[in-house]
Amino acid sequence: MLKLPIYLDNNATTPMDPRVLEAMLPYFTEYFGNAASRNHPFGWKAEEAVDYAREQVAKLINANEKEIIFTSGATESNNLALKGVFEMYREKGNHIITVNIEHKAIIDTCRHLENQGAEVTYLEPQPDGRVTAEQVEAAIKPNTILISIMYANNEIGCINPIREIGEMAHKRGILLHTDATQSIGKIPVDVITDYIDLASFTAHKMYGPKGIGALYVRRKNPRVKVTSQLDGGGHERGMRSGTLNVTGIVGFGKACELALNEMAEEGIRLAALRDKLERELLTLEESYVNGSIEHRLPHVTNISFKYVEGEGLMMGVKDIAVSSGSACTSASLEPSYVLKNLGLDDELAHSSLRFGLGRFTTEEQIDFAIEHVKTAVLKLRDMSPLWEMFKEGIDLKSIEWAEH
Amino acid sequence: MAYSEKVIDHYQNPRNIGTLDKSSSNVGTGLVGAPECGDVMRLQIQVNDETGIIEDAKFKTFGCGSAIASSSLATEWLKGRTINDALTIDNMDIVEELALPPVKIHCSVLAEDAIKAAINDYRIKQGLEPIVDGKKHY
Repeated sequence: MLKLPIYLDNNATTPMDPRVLEAMLPYFTEYFGNAASRNHPFGWKAEEAVDYAREQVAKLINANEKEIIFTSGATESNNLALKGVFEMYREKGNHIITVNIEHKAIIDTCRHLENQGAEVTYLEPQPDGRVTAEQVEAAIKPNTILISIMYANNEIGCINPIREIGEMAHKRGILLHTDATQSIGKIPVDVITDYIDLASFTAHKMYGPKGIGALYVRRKNPRVKVTSQLDGGGHERGMRSGTLNVTGIVGFGKACELALNEMAEEGIRLAALRDKLERELLTLEESYVNGSIEHRLPHVTNISFKYVEGEGLMMGVKDIAVSSGSACTSASLEPSYVLKNLGLDDELAHSSLRFGLGRFTTEEQIDFAIEHVKTAVLKLRDMSPLWEMFKEGIDLKSIEWAEH
Repeated sequence: MAYSEKVIDHYQNPRNIGTLDKSSSNVGTGLVGAPECGDVMRLQIQVNDETGIIEDAKFKTFGCGSAIASSSLATEWLKGRTINDALTIDNMDIVEELALPPVKIHCSVLAEDAIKAAINDYRIKQGLEPIVDGKKHY
């Protein structure tokens, strides 16, 4: 018997893997020590656990464990990377290059830095959501100190050519930060071959606990430094003060270990399920995949069902948990800026659903989702005046709409 | 966001979905909203020319659950009323009936606008002056 509702919003967060929970449990009550307590066994035990987890995390991205700075999550990592680099390298320059479909944790941090005297270039992606290395290179100025480009997009799942961008940035002597929150643990990310200098990621997107993330900060070739954003005890090599979240770190480490071992197989399985879902839903007329199809995370698809409004659709598919780029789902009443910046009509952005599959998604769930979504789209189209006009051959663009 | 039971009921069992013949002289059609804004309502009334009573009302809406419920409710309220009486339907009545949260008030405004637009369309067809709505929503 299928248990409802079905969770298909794994880009928002993932359920914790029971194996992760198991690894964490002793550290709540039995081994509760402060990893910074150097003079008793409670502290040693905690420190030992942190060291082990740090190796597990580092290994997933082919880093050295000394290059992992634990934070509270990817938002903090992004803040630390951008603000920390800007403050540390300010005498070298003040120009940052990023993209206008980055996560808000990047966009808003850049806005903040603009108020502090930074000059920021927000590149426009190609229609498939990706930027090219040439595009990035063309935006470089003599005062450019940092390029920050997400590894994969959270709304549409498209994957940027980070290796090419990294190689180019490396040659030009400019630091590359990547918000790899959606990609690490899902696809291979190698900080050496990708020439990544800083990378943000978080445990809860890869079946680990919430509240723990990391910033990878390269130590060699070049040695990268960031100015600390929290004053205090000088933890994490002086870059991030605050008592370590030992339990979270243990869980994060375990989640990384599982991802490293299972990612390849899991990616193949999820891509097959995602492709089935997508293929079936695209049999509905006037439905379109948003973003790159070729260069995409294996577990994500973002589809617009034209002439149906996203929030109304989500209400119709209440037995599956997905997210929409529709205005009504955001506090601002603006449709998704990511979809808009791809050049999509607002109307299509309003009509989009994002499906995020995960480790615990089954084929049975996907089959259910296919039928559920199809039924809801057809029902809503039956009551959509736009669908009726489309069917009558009326060009909606020819109508003078009363904007409100 | 949690919807009220009434919104869910109208969403799941919308009343009076459909289309009336917009070329008919006793049918008034109101089309309001914009696709870019994420909601479009089309509300139609069929009026008895002699009595001025709205005999039928139909809607189609592209929008969120609250927009669908607001227009569904509007058609229920319109049937059986005279067109003059229909003009007294206020968006806040809809807000109250459906327990719409503040962020969804615009859905009720749109429904009221659709009613007025349908009535004006009917009036124009009948050779009457359109009614100027002095009410400011925004």
